[in-house]
Amino acid sequence: MAIEVRIPTILRTFTDGAKSVEAGGTTLNEVIDNLEANHPGIKDRLIDGGDLRRFVNVYVNDEDVRFTGSLETPVGDGDQIVILPAVAGG
Amino acid sequence: MLSLSRDIYEAIVAHAKRDHPDEACGVVAGAEGSDIPSRHVPMINAAGSPTFYEFDSGELLDLYKQMWANDEEPVVIYHSHTATEAYPSRTDIGLANEPGAHYVLVGTRDHGNSPGPVEFRSYRIVDGAVTEEPVELV
Repeated sequence: MAIEVRIPTILRTFTDGAKSVEAGGTTLNEVIDNLEANHPGIKDRLIDGGDLRRFVNVYVNDEDVRFTGSLETPVGDGDQIVILPAVAGG
Repeated sequence: MLSLSRDIYEAIVAHAKRDHPDEACGVVAGAEGSDIPSRHVPMINAAGSPTFYEFDSGELLDLYKQMWANDEEPVVIYHSHTATEAYPSRTDIGLANEPGAHYVLVGTRDHGNSPGPVEFRSYRIVDGAVTEEPVELV
């Protein structure tokens, strides 16, 4: 088993249109590095200056990672990660 | 062009008037690929602000999970401008992340919470480019 990552529409250009992909790692940070290895360019859309971008929401098993350790959030086989851009504006 | 049912139009306008002077926000979901907005989902503005809106993070996840389960997508994403023109702000354009959606702006500056006309305008926002489109009530 691996970790399933749901990819939002706006980032599917990096995944050949796939709505979800599999990745590996023991923390969210490692998962994102693993995603980057297979889908170059995606990391820059998620991370800025070493932290998650302000208007990108990431959930591990339905928990917003901002409340569970951000990039250090532990993950394991069978977990589901959802990436959703914030819906926001002025 | 955005085709929208009169009932949903009225519900969006009522939401915008109710939340004035804070910005109101929400989506109208529809079957994937149909371009038909059929299910109105008013959202909480977690920013609770007259100049900014942001869907609550937990509600956002619930919304998308429902849409995935129903094979839906956000056909319309709307919010209100309560003191300025119903035209996408620079922030709106920078944060527009659903290239397939109709971005609706409701302007409540003229009548606020009271009855009376509002601005109701629709746009496509793709790669930072804004294109206004007609709105047809059906």
